[in-house]
Amino acid sequence: MYASTQSIALPDVAPEVRQHLFEYVLQLADTSLILAHRLSEWCGHGPILEQDLAMANISLDLLGEARSYYQYAAELEGRGRTEDDLAYLRSAVEYRNPLLVEQPNGDFAQTIVRQFLYDCFHYHLLLQLQASPDRHLAGIAEKSVKEAAYHIKWSAEWIIRLGDGTDESRRRVEAAIASLWRYSGELTTPTPTEQALQAAGFLPDYAAIQQQADTQVARVFEEATLTVPQGVFMQKGGKTGRHSEHLGYLLTELQYMQRAYPGMKW
Amino acid sequence: MTVPTNTLPTEDHIWQLLEEVSDPEIPVLSILDLGIVRGVELRGDEVHVTITPTYSGCPAMNTIATEIRLRLLAEGMTNLHIHNQLSPAWTTDWMSAAGRQKLEDYGIAPPVDGTASGHMLNLFGADTAVRCPLCKSTHTHLVSQFGSTACKAHYQCDDCLEPFDYFKCHA
Repeated sequence: MYASTQSIALPDVAPEVRQHLFEYVLQLADTSLILAHRLSEWCGHGPILEQDLAMANISLDLLGEARSYYQYAAELEGRGRTEDDLAYLRSAVEYRNPLLVEQPNGDFAQTIVRQFLYDCFHYHLLLQLQASPDRHLAGIAEKSVKEAAYHIKWSAEWIIRLGDGTDESRRRVEAAIASLWRYSGELTTPTPTEQALQAAGFLPDYAAIQQQADTQVARVFEEATLTVPQGVFMQKGGKTGRHSEHLGYLLTELQYMQRAYPGMKW
Repeated sequence: MTVPTNTLPTEDHIWQLLEEVSDPEIPVLSILDLGIVRGVELRGDEVHVTITPTYSGCPAMNTIATEIRLRLLAEGMTNLHIHNQLSPAWTTDWMSAAGRQKLEDYGIAPPVDGTASGHMLNLFGADTAVRCPLCKSTHTHLVSQFGSTACKAHYQCDDCLEPFDYFKCHA
């Protein structure tokens, strides 16, 4: 039970648009939740205290963003499911996050590369979403973009430190880029749901977001003396429910309490 | 401070009561100092209070909503509706001058206006010049943008060497 209620005004749209909005908002929710959970796995294990705190802070921002989306998705669906039902009682194939955010933490360099690639997309997406005619979604974006600005600054600075750091840090960040780059393309490859919402004017054009993200990556990699990979085959599937094996293990831990003790509250 | 329960409250009275509700993580600040109360409205005996979260994941928001409820219940108001409003998004511009002074007295440097997160491309840019809340020196440096709570950054004073929290400018 929450002590306050969200005042959510649903957009006045056709039922099929509403269904698409539900699916898309759920995708945003899953994406923020899964990345938040990954970052939370670092808690107590960070390389130094300040960076441990940074990852916990970013995780908390993403968790808050995920909750806003889940609450809204529950309203859009209108079938009595709550934010907790959506987060805790859906299986891996029902999750709609892109593959990138479910990839394991690996070493610190892998966590940083995953974060930076996501931040470049997330920040620019939120900037654009503020103009969506769906005013509730635009409101969540307006709130979250301020937080995403801190995230991208943090991850970009770490890319530079690692790339232009020691031989060891460079070796690790290059290995991370080699293993994670293939998941970056899915972020801006629209699914049929996203295409329908773009056609209806609710979502921005991803080509422009891709270009802004690419510019950001190129600039930061140049300063980090790193090379932007070219011609890599891009993996996709998470946004349509085809996940890597990692997501099942992650959900096993994330959903354990609700699965073991259904309906448990605290 | 009590009012007879058979008298309808006034909006002014509710604002006064809200002044007594504090932020659970920074207890010297009232929720009015913090600028998170966006509106109070009476509709008959219904009391509507609208609040705006500081940061999306701020765990204090549920506690604050509960504290508001308890404070108003104690005055005999029972038909309470607390609303969360996301837009317009909260900004430190809404923090009162009194609130800023209370923060500094408490040992937390108040937000320096016009320094919101900086442009995201301004990597390794100059740190915001923040005054040490203890010795008042401006020879301080940023340790981390992320501090003990979502709203604060971690600084250290180069003169008295004291580490301190800085309430980030958020606009």
